[in-house]
Amino acid sequence: MGDLLTAPGWGIAVFQSLLYVALAPLLVGWLRKVKARLQNRRGPSLLQPYRDLYKLLAKEARVAHTASPLFRAAPYIVFTATWMAAATVPLLVVDLPTAAIADIIVLVGLLALARVFLALAGMDVGTAFGGMGASREMLIGALAEPAMLMAVFTLAMTAHSTNLSSVIDHHLSDGFVLRPSYLFALGGLVLVAIAETGRIPVDNPTTHLELTMVHEAMLLEYSGRHLALMEWAAQVKLLLYGTLIVNVFFPWGIGQGWSPAALGLGLAAVVGKLAVLAAALAVGETVLAKMRLFRAPAFLNLALLLSLLGLLSHVILEVGA
Amino acid sequence: MTPLMLVLLTPLLGALALGLLRRPVVAGWFNLGVSVVSLGGALWLGAAVAVSGEVSGTLGAQLFGPSAGLGFRVDAFNVYLVVLTAFVGVTTSIFSRPYMRYVLGIGRIGPRRMRTYHSMYQLFMFTMLLALTTDNLGVMWVAVEGATLATVLLVSLYRTPEAVEAAWKYFILCGVGIALALFGTVLTYFAAQQVIADPAAGLTWSTLYANAGGLEPAVMRLAFVFLLVGYGTKVGLVPMHQWLPDAHSEGPTPMSAVLSGLLLNVALYAVVRLKMLVDGSLAETASPHLAGQLLMGFGLVSFLVAGLFLHRQRDIKRMFSYSSIEHMGLMTFAFGLGGPLATFGALLHMLVHSLTKSAIFITVGHAAHIAGTQSIDQIRGLIRTQPAVGWSLLIGVAAIAGFPPFGVFMSEFLLLTATMKSAPWFTVALLSGLAVAFAGLFRHIHPMVYGVPPEGQQPVEANMIPVAVHLSLVLWLGLAIPGFLAGWLDRATWLITGAHLL
Amino acid sequence: MNLTLLPLLQQLLLVLAAIVLFLSFVLLAQVRLISAIHAFAWQGALVAAVTAVVAATGQVHHLYFSAALTLALKALLIPWMLHRLIRQLELERHTESLQSPALVTMGAVALVIFSYWLVLPMIHAEMTFTRNIIAISLSVVLIGLLMMVFRTQAVAQVLGFMSMENGLFLAAVSATDGMPLVVELGVAFDVLVAMVLFGVFFLQLRDSIDSLDVDRLNRLRETGGDSQ
Repeated sequence: MGDLLTAPGWGIAVFQSLLYVALAPLLVGWLRKVKARLQNRRGPSLLQPYRDLYKLLAKEARVAHTASPLFRAAPYIVFTATWMAAATVPLLVVDLPTAAIADIIVLVGLLALARVFLALAGMDVGTAFGGMGASREMLIGALAEPAMLMAVFTLAMTAHSTNLSSVIDHHLSDGFVLRPSYLFALGGLVLVAIAETGRIPVDNPTTHLELTMVHEAMLLEYSGRHLALMEWAAQVKLLLYGTLIVNVFFPWGIGQGWSPAALGLGLAAVVGKLAVLAAALAVGETVLAKMRLFRAPAFLNLALLLSLLGLLSHVILEVGA
Repeated sequence: MTPLMLVLLTPLLGALALGLLRRPVVAGWFNLGVSVVSLGGALWLGAAVAVSGEVSGTLGAQLFGPSAGLGFRVDAFNVYLVVLTAFVGVTTSIFSRPYMRYVLGIGRIGPRRMRTYHSMYQLFMFTMLLALTTDNLGVMWVAVEGATLATVLLVSLYRTPEAVEAAWKYFILCGVGIALALFGTVLTYFAAQQVIADPAAGLTWSTLYANAGGLEPAVMRLAFVFLLVGYGTKVGLVPMHQWLPDAHSEGPTPMSAVLSGLLLNVALYAVVRLKMLVDGSLAETASPHLAGQLLMGFGLVSFLVAGLFLHRQRDIKRMFSYSSIEHMGLMTFAFGLGGPLATFGALLHMLVHSLTKSAIFITVGHAAHIAGTQSIDQIRGLIRTQPAVGWSLLIGVAAIAGFPPFGVFMSEFLLLTATMKSAPWFTVALLSGLAVAFAGLFRHIHPMVYGVPPEGQQPVEANMIPVAVHLSLVLWLGLAIPGFLAGWLDRATWLITGAHLL
Repeated sequence: MNLTLLPLLQQLLLVLAAIVLFLSFVLLAQVRLISAIHAFAWQGALVAAVTAVVAATGQVHHLYFSAALTLALKALLIPWMLHRLIRQLELERHTESLQSPALVTMGAVALVIFSYWLVLPMIHAEMTFTRNIIAISLSVVLIGLLMMVFRTQAVAQVLGFMSMENGLFLAAVSATDGMPLVVELGVAFDVLVAMVLFGVFFLQLRDSIDSLDVDRLNRLRETGGDSQ
């Protein structure tokens, strides 16, 4: 990959990761808009998440007097780790210099790092809700991670690489192939994404109902720019999972060169695909009700089963010694 | 083809007619008539096979083409089972007429269920005869499954919680078993498609047998395991035997007689037919006797386990159903052992066991009516209350336990000799198994026959002719096997093992 | 075997077979009877779709007929009969509590691996495609079996039985281009009769033990002294 380590390459890589941060609130805005429309409301403007972030950033950050330095550091760590994780997932083009680290295991590891600090921060102040949210988050994480690993391994086994960039390359060169394993891996990954990003039916991002909240419970003590960073990180995570799903399973349109045309096409394609995915998510959230927390393991077991079946059907049906 | 059609269509049409016939008394006689006519057909068929060696034909050949129709093949192996089935069908229907009238009389069932009983009885006969005569493995499967379907309603005929439970178990276990057998059949068909050009002939046993050497061994090995487990469930092989004692003890007694005497034979017949295919396919591989070894293993385990279970029974019909498992295990073992002597012995044993066991169940039915219960502890002093029943039970048990002048002794002796020759160590297991079973039977039988009858125990109206006929036949077979029968069995032995015994 | 070299219809076949397998898992773990019946109906419809695809790829015309037969029987008639029975028995809202469902699911996964291991010795290069589908069908059969062992509700057991039959149909169709017509009709007839009899038995069970929980069928035991 030596020839890749050139200035324009790095430029595009930096641009792409900035784009992640920049586009993430827009995705949430679009999601809320579609949901509002489905519920016969007009809903806030698409840019509302940006305004919220701006407002929070401008405010003073208050910190509980029982908080340790970890509490202050956590938002920065969570945000950076999530951002780094996002940088590994090809958004517009493949074969960027960052492709060298665009490894599935790195991705999972960075997300785990973010989760650990989120949970630690939730427990730090010592309020009941923070601890509860942290324990719930870890429960979900413990179940979701194996499912996610299994699902991405299915992809890796097909492409003979754990590098996301090569996985996407492999798909593009194979053309349209119906793979039963992908169907299952997609199903598993979607379920994991729903659980990990705290969407219905696992968690409800819009309420602060103490009995049910997971993600919000950990952020209760945060305010100002800390809260802004935490919210932003969550938005980036949603975009990350969305991009992972659309670009790995439906890679068509992603740029394979660095020409402005390819970049433009890649951007248009990914925005289009994400818009459709978010709309589907909104429909799902409108139709489904949040389930009780102790049903969440069953939900994630289904994800695990799907991923496992993906692996099995890859071995049995697609390789078949 | 005419005798074959007579054999098959009589019970089928009879079943339809009996389903419509409202008068129970007439139905009993009609049922007997149907059985007699199909026995006539079976004897005619037997004569035809004796003359020409094999009768085969295809139904609907004009409609579907010569290989796609419903093929039949009757050779020495199955014709004697056909005659046996039809014969036991007749004697059991002689017994069933007064027996079921008695059951109707005491109000255990109503006229509607009586109609179900008669109709299903003939349908059951039809499915067994179809399974025996068809040349198509798929049709054989359909027929054996059909036999299950025809008998489940009979097992639950009395509608007691026990009867429903027994029927449900029977249905589920045999349904599962038979589904596995279908998987084996599919695999066989799959193997056949690689060697037989005409796909429609891929399930025809005769064609498969002719091409057995070319069937892919890996597929056939797997197929046979499924087929053995599947049909073995119906044979009553341990550990798939759970349904058998329940179904026998809770169903009406004529049903137990035909289940034990005939259905188990039919299932074993299917296993042996399939073993012939697998042996042909595996002949050139490293494990040519795999099928035989599997049969020996299952057979021996069933034989020994059932012998031990005989001791623990408290229900008389359950006890004899375990005895059936034991004998089916013995036959399975013998067929697995292979060789002309063991095969001849097993074929003879199928015959004498059927005759003896159905006679015993008929007697047991009368005994249960005398005592008013099936519990061994409460059946006492039969020989004083009704000597005919007592003596029949005693003689029947003596015969089934393998006492010398009877046919069972003869066949068991042949089996032991064969075992001694080819696998001497198994003789020890067989002899001790026989001794255990013998002890188990007699410790229960003795008080039932000789004990002090309870006060007021009355004889019942009993027709002992079927029992007498069966037991005398068994006695005759023990003293001298008639020439034509020996010839038949020898030809069947030759078909299965490729060598003559006589 | 290289998936990318297979024609699209065969890839579709693989996908359909895989979904049939997935539905077996759904059936295994589904506690609501109505949903389980729906899952079963979908499974039947998919088997019918597999049959139709095989008919289209191999130009086997009699398979169109058997696809229609499967669709009518497995996806429409039997689910409808089960629905009716459930309404009759007032079990619409019935949910069954399963013991250690996760363990059973893992058992089913083990069965999938086991069936693959079982068919592995069938080594004919040109047969791998078929062999793999046989492995899937065998898994469906064995998971049906597992379901019958593990579920104690009579209707769920029947669903397990019927999904075993689905696996068998799948094997017959994909491995051998369908059985001869006589056999196929016979099997379909048997399945239908079995379903009718199961219906009769549901009513008999309810009359005799007041429930369809077959765990309550425990009167017949060895040495249990039935008649005392």
